[in-house]
Amino acid sequence: MSAPYGVIAEFTNVTALVRAIEEVRDSGYRDMDAYTPFPVEEVSEALGHHRSILPLLVFCGGILGASGGFFLQYWTSVIDYPLNVGGRPLNSVISFIPVVFECTILVAAFVAVFGMLALNGLPRPHHPIFNAQNFALASRDRFFLCIEATDPKFNLLETRSLLEGLEAHAVSVVDE
Amino acid sequence: MSDVVRSEPAPVGVSGEIIGPGQTLGSVTDKIASVVLNERVPRGWWVGLGISLALLMVFVTALGVLLAYGTGVWGVNVPVAWGFAIINFVWWIGIGHAGTLISAILLLFRQQWRTSINRFAEAMTLFAVACAGLYPILHLGRPWLAYWLFPYPNTMAMWPNFRSPLVWDVFAVTTYATVSLMFWFIGLIPDLATLRDRSESLAAKKIYGIFAMGWRGSARHWHRYETAYLLLAALSTPLVVSVHTIVSFDFAISVIPGWHATIFPPYFVAGAIFSGFAMVATIAIPLRWAYGLENFITMKHLDNMARVMLATGLIVAYGYMMEAFFAFYSGNLFERSMIQLRFSGPYSSAYWALILCNVAIPQLLWFKRVRLNTLSLLFVAVVVNIGMWLERYVIVVTSLSNDFLPSSWESYSPTVWDIALYVGSFGLFGTLLFLFIRFLPMISIFEMRTLVPEAEVEPNGNGGSGSGPARPGSEGPS
Repeated sequence: MSAPYGVIAEFTNVTALVRAIEEVRDSGYRDMDAYTPFPVEEVSEALGHHRSILPLLVFCGGILGASGGFFLQYWTSVIDYPLNVGGRPLNSVISFIPVVFECTILVAAFVAVFGMLALNGLPRPHHPIFNAQNFALASRDRFFLCIEATDPKFNLLETRSLLEGLEAHAVSVVDE
Repeated sequence: MSDVVRSEPAPVGVSGEIIGPGQTLGSVTDKIASVVLNERVPRGWWVGLGISLALLMVFVTALGVLLAYGTGVWGVNVPVAWGFAIINFVWWIGIGHAGTLISAILLLFRQQWRTSINRFAEAMTLFAVACAGLYPILHLGRPWLAYWLFPYPNTMAMWPNFRSPLVWDVFAVTTYATVSLMFWFIGLIPDLATLRDRSESLAAKKIYGIFAMGWRGSARHWHRYETAYLLLAALSTPLVVSVHTIVSFDFAISVIPGWHATIFPPYFVAGAIFSGFAMVATIAIPLRWAYGLENFITMKHLDNMARVMLATGLIVAYGYMMEAFFAFYSGNLFERSMIQLRFSGPYSSAYWALILCNVAIPQLLWFKRVRLNTLSLLFVAVVVNIGMWLERYVIVVTSLSNDFLPSSWESYSPTVWDIALYVGSFGLFGTLLFLFIRFLPMISIFEMRTLVPEAEVEPNGNGGSGSGPARPGSEGPS
């Protein structure tokens, strides 16, 4: 058996999970993650998650899309292919607004989707956590808390007994 | 502590009305996933798919005839060059708008009742946009050259004319289709993981597994996921308004009498939502009956949809009124004769039918008994769908057939291929919809989980600073 990935505790309700996270963090552990069947704000808060950088990236994506959309229209209509259409100005800024707007949304949405996936490290079809007992229920009605072996305080026996002391339904070791 | 939670269910909160009583995390998951994972398929599904495939054959035939002989097989002429293709385009794309409205705008407004209808409404959007997108492409005459619409460096050394609303349309519709697809897919990821974990067959596990991309429900992932979902909703909200605004620009930017009006953008957007909600109701009512989903798509949902239809229907009615008022108040001879022609000209039967369908009959929705009876609601929804199609028919055909010069007037009537291509598009729409119902969860499972009482974190005095009181409004991906 190789080195373990961590120790995982299974909970049957979300309140027990939140209490457990608070206790484990009070004991000084930091490298951990919770697994829930739906997003729970309290879990995120208990784990001490900070605001994501994603909104900033999406904003930059929007700026990029807007300037790209305008540049596309300006360069094609004024520089590369100046064509007099009904006497309108070559740089018809007002007529360019709809395309600028659509490009803004398109690029920002791409950044939101692919940025989220990239920051989450997805796609990643194989992950040690899938070795955990009963983990298939994490997408149904069970809640999991895994303390990872990378944590400086991690000690197989101690960590395990700490988790067993909580209101866990089951505690087991996850293999790498 | 946890034992207490397990033994006595928490009191039913605000979610009581929008989800049936006694639901748990497990029961919600199993019920919705079973529609996809069960081997037994209800007979109605086969009947529905069969009818849809038959109509799809009609569509393919009409398409083949069109490609072989050209747009001459249609009833379009000069000056009525737009005909059924553009009517159907506007109608289908308008229907799509309700899906985005439900998934994005109602999310931002924290309307929890959207949860059980947003998934299939988004699917409806995608399939409606797919149907809509085909028509302008086919209307090009040489649809295999449709890529000419996009700005790409080419040997002809030409670029699209960005001052034309038709080019704006290309950008609006492709952006709308792309963003809708991404929004739908992102919403599906956690549910695909559920299907991956719950399906019995290895093939299903692998296919769902590939699309779930290794989603493992990590709290860190959920955190970013919710941020991304909310951002997408915030981006889709102005997008959906812009799309039908730009569609209305196709008309309003021109100088044709009856089209050149500033009321067009808001009145088109309201009409799109009106017809879209009618289509959602038209699909939801048979679906909840066939699959026994009354606990998830409750009367509360149908009532709310009926109210949205009533409200947007009134905006549309105001649009019709203002259209007539502007025409007379403008003092413009052509505008005035156009509206008189709509009232009493050769297409007046279509005009009055649309007033009946879109203005008169929807007033029934003021009555609670009509809103809470699925059959009467279904009737009104179908009538509104017909009425909104007639509206586009009246707008496109009356204005084009009688413009400034009487010598260029020409009347319009569709040919059998026009009708076949329209009726056939229901086949395309229905086929995609039935396949979706069979292979993907039609209700968002993970968002439904957030509505059951179990999903709430119990407030606790000794908890750390992080655990505030449980918010009854703890949303889905918001």
